[in-house]
This record gives sequence, structure tokens and C-alpha cells, in this order.
Amino acid sequence: MRKRIFLIGVGGQGILLATRLIGEAALYAGFNVSMSEVHGMAQRGGVVESAVVFGNRHSPVLADGEADIVIAFEPLEALRALPKCNKESVIVMNNSPIPPFTVTSGISDYPSISDIEMIIKSKVKAFYSFNGLAVARDAGSDKALNVVMVGIAVGLGLLDIDEALFEKALASLLPDRLLATNIKALNAGIALGQNSVRS
Amino acid sequence: MSSLLKAENEKVFLLGNEAIVRGAIESGVGYVTAYPGTPSSEIIDTMYRLRNDTGIRVEYAVNEKVSVEVAAAVSNAGIRSLVSMKHVGLNVAADAFMTLSYVGVKAGMVIVCADDPSLHSSQNEQDNRFYARMALVPMLEPSTPQEAYEMTCKAFELSESFGTPCLLRTTTRVNHARGVVKTGFIPPNGGMKKGEFKKDPFRYVVVPMVGRMLRVEQLKRWESLTQESNATDLNFVEGSGKIGVITSGVSYLYVKDAIEELGLNEEMKIAKLGMTSPFPDKFILNFLRTVDKVIVVEELEPYLEEAIRSVAQVGKWNGVIVGKEFIPRHFELNVPIVKRAFAKFLDLSLPQEEIFTVPSNIPARPPNLCPGCPHRATYYSVKKTFGRDALYPTDIGCYTLGLLPPLQMADFLICMGSSVSTGGGFSIALDNPVVAFIGDSTFFHAGITGLINCVTNGHKLLLVILDNSTTAMTGHQPHPGASMTVEGACECKVDVKTLVEACGVKACEVVNPLNVTRTIKTFEKIKNSMDSDPGVYVVISKSPCPLLERRVLRKKQKVYFFVDDTCDGCNVCLEELACPAFVRTDDRVSIDELLCIGCAVCAQICNSIKPRKIEK
Ligand SMILES: Cc1ncc(C[n+]2csc(CCOP(=O)(O)OP(=O)(O)O)c2C)c(N)n1
Ligand code: SF4
Repeated sequence: MRKRIFLIGVGGQGILLATRLIGEAALYAGFNVSMSEVHGMAQRGGVVESAVVFGNRHSPVLADGEADIVIAFEPLEALRALPKCNKESVIVMNNSPIPPFTVTSGISDYPSISDIEMIIKSKVKAFYSFNGLAVARDAGSDKALNVVMVGIAVGLGLLDIDEALFEKALASLLPDRLLATNIKALNAGIALGQNSVRS
Repeated sequence: MSSLLKAENEKVFLLGNEAIVRGAIESGVGYVTAYPGTPSSEIIDTMYRLRNDTGIRVEYAVNEKVSVEVAAAVSNAGIRSLVSMKHVGLNVAADAFMTLSYVGVKAGMVIVCADDPSLHSSQNEQDNRFYARMALVPMLEPSTPQEAYEMTCKAFELSESFGTPCLLRTTTRVNHARGVVKTGFIPPNGGMKKGEFKKDPFRYVVVPMVGRMLRVEQLKRWESLTQESNATDLNFVEGSGKIGVITSGVSYLYVKDAIEELGLNEEMKIAKLGMTSPFPDKFILNFLRTVDKVIVVEELEPYLEEAIRSVAQVGKWNGVIVGKEFIPRHFELNVPIVKRAFAKFLDLSLPQEEIFTVPSNIPARPPNLCPGCPHRATYYSVKKTFGRDALYPTDIGCYTLGLLPPLQMADFLICMGSSVSTGGGFSIALDNPVVAFIGDSTFFHAGITGLINCVTNGHKLLLVILDNSTTAMTGHQPHPGASMTVEGACECKVDVKTLVEACGVKACEVVNPLNVTRTIKTFEKIKNSMDSDPGVYVVISKSPCPLLERRVLRKKQKVYFFVDDTCDGCNVCLEELACPAFVRTDDRVSIDELLCIGCAVCAQICNSIKPRKIEK
């Protein structure tokens, strides 16, 4: 068994916590797990990328074509993650956009979400697009988007780790006061993922 | 207490840098110091956060040279010390480092230097392994957080038993990897204590006579270290095939994945080097004699490869050695690169896999100065006053982002501190006015000597010190002039203005860049003085980093700004200020109230921008 998961989004979306959540859960599940983070420009609105691998894999760094699963927190960044994928990859995307400054300042145009979805769908084995932000908001906080996205991947059955271990991992990573909202967000994400497998 | 301290003989999921911290604490380190720099900063930041729990004395140093010198003294007084820095930091510390290898240390001293292949957040990708060879000090190269932990402990032992500083050379993918680490135990008697130093000037004061004696000792020590390197289990062989691979650091992981994916486990045999200085010559010669040919897999320079070629020549081994002709010399490696190199080396054909490309016309997402960043306001006023004609040497920090359009206020940069000295150089070679920019942390780190040099030699420039009261770029570390840390307000230890005036400049003014009119007036006044009385002028542009200020001082925002109906879409705000809170729509501009932090700079350049109170 080998899982190579690539996460991408924008500074402030909590990508690193999502990556750790998967990592800690994999550790509880007894896997050999490692992660790699690119620190640096996060707080200044740039792109944030990270990777978590477990099972039969030593290197935590994912090169082009190596991601089995991509969790994209933002549509434009999902598009930017395409080179990490191959024909067998699965992409899970939050479809609520955060326009970069190049767009808000009128220099470039943000592609339409449906165009983005079409391009990605034509390349990879499976593609799921959700409004993760709405789910997070329902659960009580926009900030819980990261946990929703992990939940969706769990619900879709992509991670091969027992659901309960994610809750345990959350408890080890978050202060008590944030826990209830995030567990709600996790479960909402899981439910959403499960429903879309069934449908 | 932090989980980093709680774990005992237990598996935890640690960042490479945290693993180094844990290793040092288990080794009973008493003193830790550093000047921050990506990807090493979490070492000093974590140590600082844990200082009360560990009893370790933790100090942010003014620069890397100073950090090595202070730690050298502490170690020679019998207390174990740790210094961390990014790769280029060792250039700054090189003077101390080279001769410290002569003088040696008493208690263990470990210098972590974090290289940055691919330049994720650096100005170059120099390969610091050559420093170990040049200084004749031992060096360990971990591949994973687990090894980073183990090798930190080992580095303290080596350093102490051989009486030499030991380099722990990491790369970004080790510092910022997170992996499972099996911890040991934290000794009860760690932390800072009273040291002891027995005077012995003819061993500790490096005049030529003493240096000659120490040089001979250093070479003897090098001999015994070489024996250690040949014997240590940090260097080991894996597998049994007839095709050899020699590797070290994170490349070892790429090699293992590549071998498994290509199904070459039976054919290939790995020599994994953990101690790469001194080079384990006998160990490698023995390895070469068990294989038919060998490929060297290492990032950046052919450091191992050159040593292997010379070992083979001395040992008369005639097999084929390949390295940099198959493995790129620039940027990081990864599994596909290593697979392709193996395929070429072994004449295998790899299936062609399609790599998807990103559609070329999608909008970029470059990093940007935060909304309300005072650096942006300073650039605005300087540009208004000095225009495009002036030359703008710059320096390293958040403010380097002023390079990007539309600000474009950066013309020359080589290293920390270079703004002021290169500014002086340009001023003697060109007629353009010169305005150099330097951050406050960078000024203390390497700018003061440059400023004095300009004054002494009669250079003509304006130095703008961007004083945001912190080292923002690398994670808001304090510095001598800082008045806040991540833990809250703090006392400013060295006043920048007093210091600048003492350097003998013509005039030194302090402005608040968020007050645009007054700032421009001050710059205009200085510009006139520069014409009438050429020389060195300084403006300290002082306004705290709002990101840190809001986080630690919990400053509440009282207003945000909006654009009223009179906006005619002239776009000046976007073209000249380019705050990320501006949003361009078809015929006008508006402000994203969630992003606006209420700095009021834009309202001073456009009458259509108005404040609105935040309702509580
Ligand atoms: C020799 C060296 N050490 C460390 C660094 C990492 N580094 C880059 S800029 C910087 C400091 C930035 O602080 P400051 O000058 O105050 O600017 P700010 O980011 O606060 O705007 C550091 C530590 C480096 N590039 N070179
Ligand atoms: S972190 Fe502070 S100094 Fe850096 S860009 Fe943001 S506001 Fe400016």
C-alpha cells in the first residue's frame, strides 16, 4: 500500500494543519508516514503546498506526476496542481475561489469554475468538486475548511484510515475550545464524501 | 508542557527542526543561539519557546558570526552549545568558523547549517559541505527527522570527544519534513550551568606561533576523525547487487524509492553516508571493490563524487564512476529524476508518462506585502520624491517584495547588508541619486559597517531604514531595536537613531510612513540637502509590522476604508500603491473590507476613499 497525497491552497487556509491531521491519523493507524512542507511566503498571500505520504514510500517530496490524491483548497490552485497528477490521480477540490491580487487588480481574469472543472475532469481518473467553504460555515467557522476537506477525502474512502482516528488526531492537534466546531466540520465532510460515493 | 518535552522513549511526529531541538535537549545542551533564516528558523524559535521549561539559555544573535563566537566561548567554558543558521549564514560566520577549528572546543558544540537546494527561500543554493572540508571539521548529513534527531546527539558526542565543532548539514527537505521520531530520555541535569575556563593563552590566543602549533594538531585530529568516519555506523551498506549507488542526505530517500519502483532491489547496492566529513575513504574503497560500477546520487555539487574519484584512483579501482553527468547539478532531486538517471546508467527503458501542464494563461498568485504594510507606504513616498531616475539598491526581508510591479523599487541586491555598501559604490560610479533600502533587523545584522564605510569614504546616498520593529520575513524574531516579540511588548535595547547619528551621517530623520504628506515632505527636504550638501543621509521609516502588532499586542482595528461614488476609475491607487485590499471592477475600484486593516494610507492619496467606523 502506498498513498501520496498533495495538498495545495492559499496562505491562511490551514493547509499545514490539514496535512498534519492526515499524518497523525496515519501514524495512529500504524503506518510509516512522512510529510513535507514548504514554509515561507504563506502569510503574504502566496501559494502553500505540502505533501503527506504513508505506506510504501520513503520520500515525502512529490515530484510531477507523483500524486495519487490531490486535495485542492482553491480552484485556481487545483489547476496549478495538475502537473503533480497522472492519469490515475484523484482530485478533491473546494470550489469557492479566492481571487489572487493579479485578478482583483484587474490585470488578469479568473477562469470560470466550470472551465476549471472541465479541464481537470478531462485529465484524471476521478474528480470531485464541493463547496467545502459552505460546509465549514454551516459547521460554525470558515476556518474549518481545512478539516472539511480532509473529511471529504475520508468520506470518499480515499485514505484507507479508520474514521475514528481522525477525530483522535484532531483532539491531539487543536486546543479544546476549537474542538467541537472542528469535529462537526470533520463529520460533515465525511458525510458529504460518503453521500457522493453512494450517488 | 510542550509535547516535544513530554515524550519519553516514545514515537512522535516531528518536524526535522523539532527533531534537532529534541536531540540537543537530550544531549544536555546548555546554550543555544542563532540568527534566524529559512529553513533553520524553527530550531531557535522552538528553543526560545521552551527556554523556561528546559533551563537552556537561548539567545537571538545579531548575526551568524557573532552567534558562532559566543557559542565557541561557552563551549570552551565547558558547556554544550548549539548554533543554527541558514546556509549563507555560514558565509557570515566563516571567519570565526575557520579558526575555531584550530582552537577547538571543550564541551560539545554543534553548528546546524541548513542548505536550500532549489532556492525555496534563499538568494543562492551554495553547497555548504565544502565548508566542512575547508575548515577540517566533522560533518553529519541526516536524511529524515529520525536521523536529524539521532545525528544531533551523535554530533555532540563527536564534537566533545574530538574537541572540535561539528557541522550538522541539513537541507530544506529535512528541516521541513515531518516524520516519526523515536525519542530517548531528557537528562535531569541539562540546561545552562556555571562553566569553567582554565587560562592557557598559548593554546587559546591564536597568534601565528600558536596558530602553527594548532594547525599541526588540527591535522592530527583530522586523521583520527577519518578513522572514526571509516568505522562509524552512520555510514552503512544496504543490499547486495553488483551495481553501486553512493548517496547521502535526503537523496538517500529518492534512491530507495527509485530502486523499489524500478524493481532493482536485487541488482543495486547502496552505500549511505551519514558522516561525509572527513570522507570515509577506506569504507568507500571497500564498497567499490564489491561492485562493478557506481553511480553517485547527491544534490548540488559533486562533493562526494570528487572524493570517490580520488579514492578510486588511490586504491586503483577501475570501475565506472558516474555522477553529475547523470544527476543534475542545479536544484533539488526527486524520485523521477533519480529513476531517469538509473535508467540511463543501466540502459533501461522507462515508460513515457504524460506530464500535465498548467494552462499558460491562468493568473499568477505572487506573494505580496500584506495590506497595510508600512513598507508599501515608504516605497510610495520615496518614489513620489525621487522618481524612476534614482537607483534603489535594496536588501533582504519582506520589503524585497517591493521588487514586483507596480512598486518596482529594487535595483540591486546580493546579500544581507549589501544595500548600503553597494549604494555607496554606485554613488561613486554614477551620477544618479542613490536611495538604498534596508530592514531594521538587516541593519543590525550587516548594515552598520556598510554605513560607516559610506561615511568614511565620502559616498553620497540616502539610506532608508525600514524599521518595523521586528524580523518579519523569517517569523517575527526580535532584534536589538525591536519593541515587540511574539510574546508581547519588549524593551528596545539599542536605539537605531542614536546609533545612526553616532556613525557621523549628515542628517538622520525619523518618519512615520503611514503619514504620507509628512513623509514626502521629509524626503523632499533630504533630497534638497543631498543636492546642496552631498553625503550620507538616513531616514528611519518607523511603523510596526501590523501583522505582528495585531497578533501580540491585540490591537483592535477601529476603522476600515471604502471608496465612495466619486471614484472615476482612474486606477492611480492600484498603479501606485497596489494594496491587496483594492478590488478593480469594470469602471471603478472598491476596497475589500475584510482585508483592509485601516492604515489610512490610500485615503491620503485619493479623495474618494473614506473611513467608516467598525460597529461593535
Ligand atoms: C546571512 C543571512 N542570514 C539570514 C538570512 C535570512 N533572512 C533574510 S531577510 C532576514 C531579516 C529580515 O528582517 P528585516 O530586515 O527587519 O526586514 P522585514 O522582513 O522585517 O521587513 C533574514 C533573517 C539571509 N538571507 N542571509
Ligand atoms: S509580515 Fe509585516 S513587514 Fe512583512 S509584509 Fe506583512 S505587514 Fe509587511
